[in-house]
Amino acid sequence: MSLRPPDAAPEHAATLAARTAARAAEQGLADVAYATIDSPLGRLVTVATARGVARIAYELPNGGLDAILDQIAARLSPRIVQAPKRLDDVRRELDEYFAGRRETFDVALDWSLVAGPFGRRVLAQTARIPFGATRSYREIAEQAGSPNGFRAAGNALGANPIPIIVPCHRVLASGGGLGGYTGGLDVKRWLLRREGRSAVD
Amino acid sequence: MSHLPPFQRFLDAQAGDVLRFLIASVGRHDADDAFQETFLSALRAYPRLRPDSDLRGWVLTIAHRKALDVHRARARRPIPIAEPEPERPPGAPGEGRAAGIEGDHWERVRALPARQRAVLTLRYAGDLSYAQIATVLGSSEDAARRAAADGLKTLRKELSHVTAPA
Repeated sequence: MSLRPPDAAPEHAATLAARTAARAAEQGLADVAYATIDSPLGRLVTVATARGVARIAYELPNGGLDAILDQIAARLSPRIVQAPKRLDDVRRELDEYFAGRRETFDVALDWSLVAGPFGRRVLAQTARIPFGATRSYREIAEQAGSPNGFRAAGNALGANPIPIIVPCHRVLASGGGLGGYTGGLDVKRWLLRREGRSAVD
Repeated sequence: MSHLPPFQRFLDAQAGDVLRFLIASVGRHDADDAFQETFLSALRAYPRLRPDSDLRGWVLTIAHRKALDVHRARARRPIPIAEPEPERPPGAPGEGRAAGIEGDHWERVRALPARQRAVLTLRYAGDLSYAQIATVLGSSEDAARRAAADGLKTLRKELSHVTAPA
């Protein structure tokens, strides 16, 4: 006599898993919720904690969903679930921004993936650059309290965990050149054009 | 890798195995709730787990405990006899055997003494080794094998009655 395992439809297991993940997020058992969002700039991985949005990652340039979540698990918490509902607000605001119906973001942010006090000051200054304006790396370094630290400012901007909402695309090289960007230079160009700006290439 | 995987990846990877185990152990009706309870408990404990742990053995241990809760709750219910799952009527000979017997097996397994039931569901629905099962139950591998053999013996006896000509 043999005991064969009972049938369990994979779709049913997936449905139960999704239901469990949603419940975990609702009950505050998960420290981190994420969702993937389709955008004109490719797929974005959005990540939030109880404090707010902690990460927006361009999926492909960042090595894919698994690599992005591995990093979050190591740096924030492994209690990560996929809970699209928890990211509804940021999805809506991003959709509106991409559609040209929004210039500023209202969602709360969690800065805990930003490394070091200088990095925090750089991104805090960057967050204040208005829609349609730009700054140079040097200006941002100065405002962050380190006039000679434009290279370090560039590194901090390159490591910006919350691009688009913290608009590091508005920081350009001193001559007006593009500089660098976490999502690739084409994306930076797209965002600047979307805001009515262009850079000297 | 020196870190635990993100919980969602663990959940996706283990969902099918846990569901199969629970269907065998508590039946389809109660499996859905037990599944959610299992993974919510796992999530609570997850950060304390060592990254090199046997994740499958760990989550099936939790599922096994949730299954025990279900069986204990049933035992406390006032109605002494059977589950609402209807007894399958004796169908046409060939068809009934192919489709029906497997389901009947697990129903019979559920009626076995707790330890035999646990060993058979962990072994044949959870696909754990006897060494892993011994860890889950906090017993020896030999004891797990003996419980499985005893359980299978009872099942064979019952089945010989069922299939014997009337």
